[in-house]
Amino acid sequence: MTWEPVIGLEIHVQLATSSKIFSGAPTTYGAPPNTQACAVDLGLPGVLPVVNGRAIELAILFGLAIEAEIAPYSVFARKNYFYPDLPKGYQISQYEMPIVGLGRFEIRLANGQRKFIRVRRAHLEEDAGKSVHDAYPGLSGIDLNRTGTPLLEVVSEPDLASAAEAVTFMRGMHALVKFLGVSDGNMQEGSFRCDANVSIRRRGTNILGTRTEIKNLNSFRFVERAINYEIERQTEVLETGGKITQETRLYDPDKDETRPMRSKEDAHDYRYFPDPDLLPIVITEADLVAARAALPELPAQKIARYLTEYALNQDDAEALISERGIAAYFETLVMESGDPRLAANWVTGEVFAAVNRARIEFSRVPVSARELAKLLVRIGDNTVSRSIAKQVFEAMWSEGGTADQIIADRGLKQVTDDGEISALINSVIAESPEQVAQFRAGKEKVFSYFVGQIMKKSKGKASPQQVNTLLLEKLNEQT
Amino acid sequence: MANEFPLTLAGLSAGLQKREFSSAELTSHYLDKIAARDGQLNSFISVFPEHASTMALAADQARAAGRAGPLMGIPYANKDIFCTEGFRTTCASKMLDTFVAPYNATVVEKLHAAGMVMLGKTNMDEFAMGSSNETSYYGPTRNPWNLGYVPGGSSGGSAAAVAARLTPVATGTDTGGSIRLPSAFCGISGIKPTYGRVSRYGMIAFASSLDQGGPMALNAEDLGLMLNVMSGFDHRDSTSAERTDEDFCAALNFDLTGLKIGLPTEFFDESLNSTIGSCLTEALDCLRRQGAECREISLPSTRYAIPAYYIISSAECSSNLSRFDGVRFGHRCDAPRDLMDLYVRSRAEGFGAEVKRRILVGTYALSTGYYDAYYAKAQKLRRLIKNDFQRAFEEVDVIAGPTAPSTAFPLGQRVEDPIQMYLSDVYTTAVNLAGLPALSVPAGSVQGLPVGLQLIGNYFREARLLNIAHRFQHETDWHLRVPPFAA
Repeated sequence: MTWEPVIGLEIHVQLATSSKIFSGAPTTYGAPPNTQACAVDLGLPGVLPVVNGRAIELAILFGLAIEAEIAPYSVFARKNYFYPDLPKGYQISQYEMPIVGLGRFEIRLANGQRKFIRVRRAHLEEDAGKSVHDAYPGLSGIDLNRTGTPLLEVVSEPDLASAAEAVTFMRGMHALVKFLGVSDGNMQEGSFRCDANVSIRRRGTNILGTRTEIKNLNSFRFVERAINYEIERQTEVLETGGKITQETRLYDPDKDETRPMRSKEDAHDYRYFPDPDLLPIVITEADLVAARAALPELPAQKIARYLTEYALNQDDAEALISERGIAAYFETLVMESGDPRLAANWVTGEVFAAVNRARIEFSRVPVSARELAKLLVRIGDNTVSRSIAKQVFEAMWSEGGTADQIIADRGLKQVTDDGEISALINSVIAESPEQVAQFRAGKEKVFSYFVGQIMKKSKGKASPQQVNTLLLEKLNEQT
Repeated sequence: MANEFPLTLAGLSAGLQKREFSSAELTSHYLDKIAARDGQLNSFISVFPEHASTMALAADQARAAGRAGPLMGIPYANKDIFCTEGFRTTCASKMLDTFVAPYNATVVEKLHAAGMVMLGKTNMDEFAMGSSNETSYYGPTRNPWNLGYVPGGSSGGSAAAVAARLTPVATGTDTGGSIRLPSAFCGISGIKPTYGRVSRYGMIAFASSLDQGGPMALNAEDLGLMLNVMSGFDHRDSTSAERTDEDFCAALNFDLTGLKIGLPTEFFDESLNSTIGSCLTEALDCLRRQGAECREISLPSTRYAIPAYYIISSAECSSNLSRFDGVRFGHRCDAPRDLMDLYVRSRAEGFGAEVKRRILVGTYALSTGYYDAYYAKAQKLRRLIKNDFQRAFEEVDVIAGPTAPSTAFPLGQRVEDPIQMYLSDVYTTAVNLAGLPALSVPAGSVQGLPVGLQLIGNYFREARLLNIAHRFQHETDWHLRVPPFAA
């Protein structure tokens, strides 16, 4: 390929505050239209914005997590334009002096290599409302519930070289903000969405090509497909001697294509200027020291630790840090059970499967890490086999109770007595002359048939290792 | 009983307390006067006789029950820029002709909590943009000293109503001189407090970094009584100053011995009207006799104040007035063809010429390619102006000068000449750019029209300014003179 894509993302992260960024109205999603907009959100004459301190804290938390400079002094600015869902005729944002400056975020590429993506800035702003075009025939409605919802706009440098890298970066950011509790990350509800800036250039050159901006991509799949479409489109244009127009484009997922929305010529002049209704945000060194002290172990640090300290593989480690609650659950499980690998297998296996079946949030898992750890200890000391342990877990999940109690009540303790197991083996061998003959004729596959029968007779309680050893001895000795 | 009422807040407060008259009597006295006289003056946009009477009765009951602060039951007039729940707030614009806010401005809340009785809403320049009260959608207010003259603006309705004794006090707002200039033109007292002293919540914004509410009254003591109620930190206004409450009347009678008054050479140069100059000389002599010493100072950046002010205030207004788009409230054009038509016609029909002029100037000043040359430069000038004052206040306690370069001018004289109109604010705008407190008190008369003395103080030194003004009014009678219209 002679063309090299250059991609940058602008990610809009909705901050997890309970009230809006400049008013006391709630941010709950899905309320009836215009029931969560107060006089300030409506931009009535005379009302004034007051900044939500929690939004500032969350922006600082995010900034520290990407090793960014936190501005000691940052300024809210007005971005002026007319639109029916923008009540004041301007959006309060940050322009020349954003709260979060240059930072970086590491991603792992498909080939296992690592790459730092630079984040140019992240700034606080308010969301606009929403125009509703299908509620009244011939008329447009306006729902201002979203108005004033706090957003952190994260702007990357154009360090991404493919759609896949862009998606990896976006997924990493998504995991990070969810992990930190900066955002609920709910993409269906618009809490996490992005614009992609895409250009291509001939390999080997350093000059950036003309870029287009694809607006409002709200799923990882759309980001990938939209960018890939745009790379192909630009390649075709340039290879047939055409020129790329700097413009804003919209991705249509139904047709899987991007379409021009507005060109640079009709771009707004937003007439940014510092908002005189709001004081500058001043963050002192003492504020930063406190924020740093409160910073939790970050996902990337946890992954590194899981790999070295617990000898997990990358995929399991990533799955375990996808939510802060999962990581905490896993770490308690490791501490209490003393077996990191077993703990990892159980969380990513049985626990995740049960969560999916029950369709619940991980935070609602009914079996605590402490209780599950006791079950894992029973696997370790051979009280129960792994398959019996699954039964015990299911009982703990649906009925409650401790592992030991369930094992005792239901007689699920593993059979480890050689004599008892030998008796089971003998009776199965006696009942299966045909299979014995097959085995002896060299058809070793029937071995698993015997194992199955023996386990069945023991109701799964026989120690599988002992069954294997003793069965092999018996079948061989009678030859 | 009519016409027997005291004129000042202090007098009214004492009378109410001694049960010499009731709030109901007092209120109906003023309502009657407004009904009888305001047709000529046009100082009110709205009058609320029923509401005022109800509030007066409630105040009388509260007083009878022993729950009465000093201002309980005293009527006042509200500049029609402060939002009043349930009563329309027009900002003297067709755009808001029918607008009724669902909330009270903080200032209104405070005045009502103190038991004051709102008589009505006063006329003003449209969106407070003007120096003569001639840009009002509801027609100009006339000056009680001469009905052919302007009352000054933008709080001209409040100034004229107080001067004509149609209300004992009124609220005003001052972005570039809008309390002080009409106070000077109408011969009353008015103070623009330090920026942040009075909450801007519910006060319809003209230029947010300059706007400041304040009282207008017949004397300095009344200003202090009003400021005691109107000021204070408001968590709904981020630019509100966090300070402990202060009694603005506590220092009224302090001695002026040793007071250092700065006289800026830039205010007293050859461009100052000589008759106004001699009024000021007399006023300063009066203060000198009480122990004050005057010295020349320099505020070299004064000449930048008008251009910087008109850039910054217009830039902010162009953004602040974007919300008036015909979509959610305010004037909406008939049968819009599409969105653009809705915006264009609603705004073209709803705003008057002066408001449009400022929106255009402000939009231009903020545009890409012009921002640095205009808005950014104006902010630098603002800093220079601030620094001038700070240097001056290292040497002197207050700065004195004229409030306006002339007395009131005839109606219509400057309507077609915006630059001439803007120059009315030559002595007042610098104070807003610096965020300082300043007041204007009557200090003379030229051809039957009042002259104002302006006193500028350092940040949060309102009490000192009121003290000087009070002592001045103790020795002079300019504030007691009654305009022919009210005689």
